[in-house]
Amino acid sequence: MGMRNYNGAPGGPLQWRLPRRPMNNNRHTAHHRLRGWAALFALTSPALACAAGAPEAAVPWWLWPLALFGVCFVLGMIAVPAGIGGGVLFVPIVSGFFPFHLDFVRGAGLLVALASALAAGPGLLRGGLADLRLALPLTLLASVGAIIGALVGLALPTAVVEVALGITILCIAVLMWSAKRSEFPDVTRPDSLGVALRICGVFHDAQSGRDVDWRVHRTPLGIGLFAGVGVLAGVFGLGAGWANVPVLNLVMGVPLKVSAGTSGFILSIVDSAAAWVYINKGALLAIIAVPSVIGIMLGAFIGARLLRVLRASAIRRLVIAMLLLAGARALMKGMGWWT
Amino acid sequence: MKPMDSPARGGISPEQLLYARILDYGMKAGLAVLIAGFAAYLGGALPVQLPFEELPRLWALPVGDYLRDSGMPMGWGWLAMLDRGDVLALTGIVLLAGVSVPCLVVLAFAYAGRGDWAYFGIALALIGVLVLAASGVFGSH
Repeated sequence: MGMRNYNGAPGGPLQWRLPRRPMNNNRHTAHHRLRGWAALFALTSPALACAAGAPEAAVPWWLWPLALFGVCFVLGMIAVPAGIGGGVLFVPIVSGFFPFHLDFVRGAGLLVALASALAAGPGLLRGGLADLRLALPLTLLASVGAIIGALVGLALPTAVVEVALGITILCIAVLMWSAKRSEFPDVTRPDSLGVALRICGVFHDAQSGRDVDWRVHRTPLGIGLFAGVGVLAGVFGLGAGWANVPVLNLVMGVPLKVSAGTSGFILSIVDSAAAWVYINKGALLAIIAVPSVIGIMLGAFIGARLLRVLRASAIRRLVIAMLLLAGARALMKGMGWWT
Repeated sequence: MKPMDSPARGGISPEQLLYARILDYGMKAGLAVLIAGFAAYLGGALPVQLPFEELPRLWALPVGDYLRDSGMPMGWGWLAMLDRGDVLALTGIVLLAGVSVPCLVVLAFAYAGRGDWAYFGIALALIGVLVLAASGVFGSH
């Protein structure tokens, strides 16, 4: 049975339009923006209504994927200015406020993070912001960790994963709030493994207009930490940029911009390793995964343009607030306090 | 500057640019197939394995119960069901998940050609990990 059978039904999406009002030219743009936000709010409202206790059965099935697309579009828009991948917001928010089982949400979360990383990858590599020699050794153990994490995550009881997810998301919010960053870390003594693998480079910083030589230290520790981050990515279906960037920047001494770019590239391989486990286990529904991927990519496209007009610090505070809410929701859901 | 690198453009190694080019093609092909497959699914171009009205019950189940109730296969069993719209819609996802493997294969050859055996080994090991993950050895039991 095709979706078109439902489109013409009473209350279907074709009838779901906001009323038109006459408007003068000065207010035209503002009204359009207002209507855009109102439409997005309307798209997300079934999830919010059900979270507030309204029965799910009252919502027609097609509204959920549509709402998911709307939510992912918004997440994509704010993820770029906040400097995070969408996956870390996607899993706690969608598992907390949508009726989908956590297994499918984690599978879709990995695909959301993977698609975003793949879309950004070519540009990051060509622009020199991602470095292959830095990424490959870290990616190897992180991929193994992600596969182990995915297998463990799918074997654990859902309530246990939800509680662990809630705690992890709350920790990420605290990390985002408190973590320091170093634009150009000073690496006085590169470690022997980093030297042997010739992990170093030069990148042109367009902001300061200078070429920056960089090299790494504590490579073995960095590789070990990446393996751990891979496990978390696999268990929870999160993109792991929130952890990759601090490890590259603060532990290994990689300049911040190269850290962010290389982290994005690493996700394109690590998340695919974990995604294969979810695909092979059958934890993938096209009706959940595809609207999520398309929504977040379209949102990221708009978000990249919003970078110029939005205050990054304000968006960052909004993201931290969303993580706190979604983390608390996952924790309470897992504990059976708010189902 | 890396001692053995021969910078092609702005200090970026030729193999990095090669990887970027293959990734770009693969990612765009995967996205196109993803969107086309999903449009065909929603448009009702093919019969579906999971009726739309059954979805709210199925997507709320843990994956084990979902597989039992839906008759969907594990591993690569979905290849035998490509005449179903909802299964065909997964093809783009599989392409996106697999796009890194050909990139890494080309990269491994590039490293081998330059005698960079450490990175040849790392690229080969990564290919092995991804192929094992994709094979279903870890997941489809």
